[in-house]
Amino acid sequence: MGTLERSTLSGPPAAVPGDAAPGIAPKLKISRLNFFYGGYQALHDVELTITANRITALIGPSGCGKSTFLRVLNRMYETVRGARVSGEVLLDGEDALAMDVSRLRRRVGMVFQKPNPFPKSIFENVAYGLRVNGIGGSARLNEAVEHSLQRAALWDEVKDKLHKSAYAISGGQQQRLCIARALAVDPEVLLLDEPSSALDPIATAKIEELLFHLKNICTIVIVTHNMQQAARIADDTGFFLLGNLIEFDRTEKIFKTPSKKETEDYITGRFG
Amino acid sequence: MTHHYWRKLVNGLMFSLTAACALTAVCVLFWILGFLVWNGGRALNLDFFTQLPKPPGELGGGMANAIVGSAQIVLVAAVIGIPIGFLVGVYLAEFGMGSFPFFVRYTADLLNGVPSIVMGIFAYAIVVRPLHRFSALAGGVALSVILIPTTIRTTEQFLRAVPRTLREGALALGASKWKSIATIVVPAAIRGVATGMILGIARIAGESAPLLFTSFGNQYWSTSLGNPTASLPVMIFTYAISPYADWHRQAWAAGLVLLAVMLLLNMGARVVLAPGAAHKT
Repeated sequence: MGTLERSTLSGPPAAVPGDAAPGIAPKLKISRLNFFYGGYQALHDVELTITANRITALIGPSGCGKSTFLRVLNRMYETVRGARVSGEVLLDGEDALAMDVSRLRRRVGMVFQKPNPFPKSIFENVAYGLRVNGIGGSARLNEAVEHSLQRAALWDEVKDKLHKSAYAISGGQQQRLCIARALAVDPEVLLLDEPSSALDPIATAKIEELLFHLKNICTIVIVTHNMQQAARIADDTGFFLLGNLIEFDRTEKIFKTPSKKETEDYITGRFG
Repeated sequence: MTHHYWRKLVNGLMFSLTAACALTAVCVLFWILGFLVWNGGRALNLDFFTQLPKPPGELGGGMANAIVGSAQIVLVAAVIGIPIGFLVGVYLAEFGMGSFPFFVRYTADLLNGVPSIVMGIFAYAIVVRPLHRFSALAGGVALSVILIPTTIRTTEQFLRAVPRTLREGALALGASKWKSIATIVVPAAIRGVATGMILGIARIAGESAPLLFTSFGNQYWSTSLGNPTASLPVMIFTYAISPYADWHRQAWAAGLVLLAVMLLLNMGARVVLAPGAAHKT
């Protein structure tokens, strides 16, 4: 539980999002983003800059578009028929909406709401991303799998059962396995869609501690229903409502002195 | 109060009626089984599996050629029908939106309901007539046309049962759609798909009508897939309508052997599908 206090006490870095200060590079720059499911517009003119090596949380009531927004960043929305996007998403200045989708998804990894390990061994789960991307050789795979599991703080728990089914471990461990699986291909950005909503508080705390360490190696964007979670771990927070990004700022600012009334109403529990 | 008794009476009556029907159905099944085992068991001996049929009037002989012939025909059907049915099933499950897939699915269902003898006529027209001879190949084609639609639908059904989250997990790691199907979706569904295939094969192995005028029959060993070939179901038909008592006995024996094969295939399918058989990697 130490992590929870640490993260709230230390607080986010002093720079504000989008700040051009040296060392604080914009990782993802989203402008004039509109999103449609068929005739229904799910996102309206979203403008947002996500800073490298920080945790950005997206909060808002159900159906506000935060998950849709997340799924634009790695173009997972493309699996939905009739989904359409306009606007610009730049990943390190490169057009994410035009680049090869496999390449984009290697650079922008994703962890889903419910743990979704493949019906394979723990080892094969982590190795999967490497294999589909043409990385082979048992020595290299062994090393990468161990490294990824260590990064996901799961190695000690599973090192003796790497070749057992991924379904044989607990839900919390499965979710960390999914994080390890995503980390194995060395993504620059990690998207998490309510990663702990199906987990108990102890497993949730482990995930949060893990994310706190992971921001050193990649940029993290997390959608959460849980405002306390955003307050605990995020450096920056964005508040979505009805497909609009109402406010985006440092987490401390959003939770203590929000500049928009809607944000304040939501934070203080007046709706949602 | 009388109303209460009336309700109890109706309840009891309906229960008895359904239970009696269930009992009848089970009795009929065991009756058939008993008949087969009693009549077939007595006629079954080593010769049945190792000898060729004897000419009419001579006692003894067996159906070795029909057993091998059935295996040949079913193998031909499986080699044609399983890959086509499987790939169409994958197509419908993974790319199955829009009007063409709907049309394919509808056709498969329609084909499923076509009487098997019609498949025989079809194979007669496209294989027997051009080649001017009955053959195991023609029989295999006829059976494959029965196997394809069942394989399509079971494959599609089991692939669709694979959770969407698994597909997304693979795609999110940069796998192409095709790779995610080949490496995640199909392996996750393979036990169900294989079960469907085994049951499909069990079904065609017992078909006689489509073979009557495709693979026809043969009193001797068939030396190639291009020759008329004996099969167990057709042998049962031929022997059962003959006037010879010894052939009647052998028809029973053939029926018993066919039943045993079905039973083995069905049990095999159950073993494949059993939860205990889950991947152990």
